[in-house]
Amino acid sequence: MTHWETVIGLEIHAQLATRSKIFSGAATAYGAPPNTQANLVDLGYPGVLPVLNAEAVRMAVKFGLSIGAVVAPRSVFARKNYFYPDLPKGYQISQYELPIVQRGSIGILLEDGVAKTVGITRAHLEEDAGKSLHEGLANASGIDLNRAGTPLLEIVSEPDMRSAKEAVAYMKKIHTLVRYLEICDGNMQEGSFRCDANVSVRVRGAEKLGTRAEIKNLNSFRFVEKAIHYEVARQIDILESGGKVVQETRLYDSDKNETRPMRSKEEANDYRYFPDPDLLPLDIGPAFIAEVRSTLPELPDQKAARFAQDFGLSAYDAGVLCASRELGAYFEAVVGRAGAAHAKLAANWVMGELSSALNHDSLDIDRSKVSAQGLAGLLARIIDNTISGKIAKDVFEAMWSEGGEADMIITAKGLTQITDAGAIERAIDAVIAANPKQLADYRGGKDKLFGFFVGQVMKATQGKANPAQLNDLLKARLSGGP
Amino acid sequence: MIWPYFVPQSLVLQVRVMSLTRQEVEKIAHLARLSITEQEMPVYVTSLSSIVAFVDELSRADVGAVAPMAHPLVGQSQRLRADEVEDTDRHEKYQANAPQVQSGLYVVPRVIE
Amino acid sequence: MLHNLFIGEQADLLARRQLSSVELTQHYLDRIARFNPQLNALITLTAQRALGEAAAADRRRSAGENSPLLGIPLIHKDIFCTDGVRTSCGSRMLDNFVAPYNATVVERLQGAGGVTLAKANMDEFAMGSSNETSYYGPVRNPWDTTRVPGGSSGGSAVVTAARLAAYATGTDTGGSIRQPAALTGVTGLKPTYGRVSRFGMIAFASSLDQAGVFTRSAADAALVLQVMAGFDPKDSTSVDQPVPDYHAALQMPVKGLKIGLLKEFFDGLEPKAAALIQDALALYRKLGAETVEVSLPSLPLSVPTYYVVAPAECSSNLSRFDGVRFGYRCAAPKDLMDLYKRSRGEGFGAEVKRRIMTGTYVLSAGYFDAYYLKAQKARQKIADDFKAAFTQVDLVIGPTTPTPAFAIGAKIDDPVTMYLNDIYTIGANLAGLPGISVPCGYVDSLPMGLQLIGPHFSEGRLLNAAHHYQLQTDWHRHIPRGYES
Repeated sequence: MTHWETVIGLEIHAQLATRSKIFSGAATAYGAPPNTQANLVDLGYPGVLPVLNAEAVRMAVKFGLSIGAVVAPRSVFARKNYFYPDLPKGYQISQYELPIVQRGSIGILLEDGVAKTVGITRAHLEEDAGKSLHEGLANASGIDLNRAGTPLLEIVSEPDMRSAKEAVAYMKKIHTLVRYLEICDGNMQEGSFRCDANVSVRVRGAEKLGTRAEIKNLNSFRFVEKAIHYEVARQIDILESGGKVVQETRLYDSDKNETRPMRSKEEANDYRYFPDPDLLPLDIGPAFIAEVRSTLPELPDQKAARFAQDFGLSAYDAGVLCASRELGAYFEAVVGRAGAAHAKLAANWVMGELSSALNHDSLDIDRSKVSAQGLAGLLARIIDNTISGKIAKDVFEAMWSEGGEADMIITAKGLTQITDAGAIERAIDAVIAANPKQLADYRGGKDKLFGFFVGQVMKATQGKANPAQLNDLLKARLSGGP
Repeated sequence: MIWPYFVPQSLVLQVRVMSLTRQEVEKIAHLARLSITEQEMPVYVTSLSSIVAFVDELSRADVGAVAPMAHPLVGQSQRLRADEVEDTDRHEKYQANAPQVQSGLYVVPRVIE
Repeated sequence: MLHNLFIGEQADLLARRQLSSVELTQHYLDRIARFNPQLNALITLTAQRALGEAAAADRRRSAGENSPLLGIPLIHKDIFCTDGVRTSCGSRMLDNFVAPYNATVVERLQGAGGVTLAKANMDEFAMGSSNETSYYGPVRNPWDTTRVPGGSSGGSAVVTAARLAAYATGTDTGGSIRQPAALTGVTGLKPTYGRVSRFGMIAFASSLDQAGVFTRSAADAALVLQVMAGFDPKDSTSVDQPVPDYHAALQMPVKGLKIGLLKEFFDGLEPKAAALIQDALALYRKLGAETVEVSLPSLPLSVPTYYVVAPAECSSNLSRFDGVRFGYRCAAPKDLMDLYKRSRGEGFGAEVKRRIMTGTYVLSAGYFDAYYLKAQKARQKIADDFKAAFTQVDLVIGPTTPTPAFAIGAKIDDPVTMYLNDIYTIGANLAGLPGISVPCGYVDSLPMGLQLIGPHFSEGRLLNAAHHYQLQTDWHRHIPRGYES
């Protein structure tokens, strides 16, 4: 075991799924032509003033309640002053000393079954900046301010994570949560959900944190993992060769898989925060909180615990099934039709065949080609022994690629399982008659040949013989007379 | 500093001599993104020094344990706006004031990240 | 003469169809052409638009509409955004800026039938007490054109004093309505912070700025405030509170009113100025008011407090002027830093740069606590002092300025001396209180102002007290020599 310990804290930026911007009535829709969704407030025109969007506040409170945090009775918007072309006013309206959400936590579960709690220092409301574009402009940049003023919830964790895997598990957990709460669409390609990672290393057992680097703008789970790996190796290299890590902001380059210092952040910034005089303190009373609490859905952890308890699933499996609200709902719909007694079977199918089919076609669960009702129909035929599990996979494939109900496919393709003992015996007899040498060898002690006979009978029945029955009948027949 | 005759003495505070260096003024001007010419610089050093000396009285004033007042509307809190889209695209009108625009984008010298 | 009539009198003539708004508008446009060259009170003239608005107002009158400001010509301080009209804020930075929208104040007055003649000259971004910092040159005082009119709303004060409009809008961040009103012999009202919308008013210091009006009488100010005041959902700092009937408030008796004399305003006051205030007090006592001395012990902190808070806010408010989306851009910037520094360095004048730098300094790491935070605490103390005073009295009274108008150029090189000129007016801004200045006589043949300050939302009381003073005096009817006809 290496004597270095990695310490990671994440700052996640989740764009809140409001219709209009945090301080203006311009639309937040993604992908509009440049500057067509930037109104006077977003452009920082002289004389205009911000007015706070109620929905952004409600969403932040929702998040706070879901991580067991304190929702601040009074929070304050401040100005963070710096010059940048994508920042129209020359300051960003953010929350500094008094954020709306304070001191929460969330549990993560790693693949190896280890559970861990990650502290969430704070979550605050702020406005997003615009974008600088460089293509097609010689020595110049073009500024699109459509994104300027989109509400962001910045979720700041404690430096509680000790590996890239933990960081990713945490980020995925927050991703799941914000989509459960329907406060963020979670679309990472469009930048709706992105993060900065604060990474440092220290000698294992040391109390003091090492000097950290902040890696900016990580917009996929894979990049978070790769960037952290790269950065940890870089810092360990420096320290092992006797150097010192510099506190700085670095940018992850996914093409080269490396981090490098950001030139625009070279200069130490003095943001001159002060309370925004255009906005009054935000007061949130118990009635508002109660109202928001009443709109909270069942949270992922609650749902996973219920799945584990009611359906006898492992904590990890329950967690996987609750990774999104839609997946959990799908699973529950399947179980609802198949019966709780068959929840394990349903879980295996949802996490197995269904998930790989979705992955293969890059579809989300809500676009699944086999509905929960359809899958339950298929499972019903396994349960009542109409088809075997193996045949069921073929039926599922047909349902997925061609559509249609399981029963329809089973009937059309004549896949109904043979459970008539007479019919199975006739097939066994035919196979034995056709393979006298193998029969002699088996009886001479070559037990392994049992499988050969099973295969031959299955082949003869096109896989439709009930496997358990076949087993019993074959055993009796092989050990019996000629 | 010599005070004008008309200022009631009860309102004049004792001013400590404070001065800003040229380097400090240059740093502030950079932070505020203001170009200051060679000729202007000494004037700013002098006048900013006298302003800082003047407001420095505050740093020594005993204001007791009062809460900082950010706003004259004490006790009022932020009003919330319904989440409604109210604006339509008027970028052509807005960009009529822009020094340089291309394909709907505001053009600036190359931004380096 | 038409221009010597008060708004109420002009409205009467319009209502009785003895005068059309087009005639009245043309009358003022003629006066502007005649007098403005020597005063430099205007930045942009909107004569054609004005005549169109006047014709529209006449049609509204014909259709039976009959509101007091319908068809009355006014001038806006060039800090208010006017859709389709250049809005310069007195700065080279916005010399080419055509606002694409109307300020709420503009919208409301336009809705009431106001006819906008022009945009008035002002100190650059409202930073100044003499109107000498304007990119468009100094405004001259009609009482003596070698003297300043005060600032920052100097143009608005001068057009009112010289009768180039029936009234003018202004803004008051540290005295920018009351001080020029005093120095030009007109009535200037700064309402309670939050009473009038700040939307569309180019910000100087957001927690102090408040729009108000210059008129020739308190009664006229009541008519204009009635329209300007009111809740605006576009301004988070606008207060959602009903607007009382200010005209009705004028009629209340003064008898029994408790007036506080501000001790700190009188100590060391120049005797000729003090005598004018004493005369006013005597008059109020004669009308049945009671006068007592009150003290605001923290008032000495008000000027330094103001000169921390206002620059801090302005340093941030003016960051949006960066040469990217609107306003001045330097020629051939060699890179982004050069674009920022030269656009701002060349686009802003010396006083604006000085305040931006002061504000940047007091907010920067290492100084924030000593200056900005301390100033916020001092501000609370000052507000508490006023609050305590208003448990004893209905309003407080004092001079608006320590001296009358000074000579152009006299203080421009000494910012601190210039700042001290706001010594009597700043307190009301820090505490968000309404204040009014009315003419109360002369020192060395130059007008002086009597200032009344009241608790939050006491505009009705202030207008009432000022109106009763004007019923007994005629200072507000005096016209600077040469501007009578």
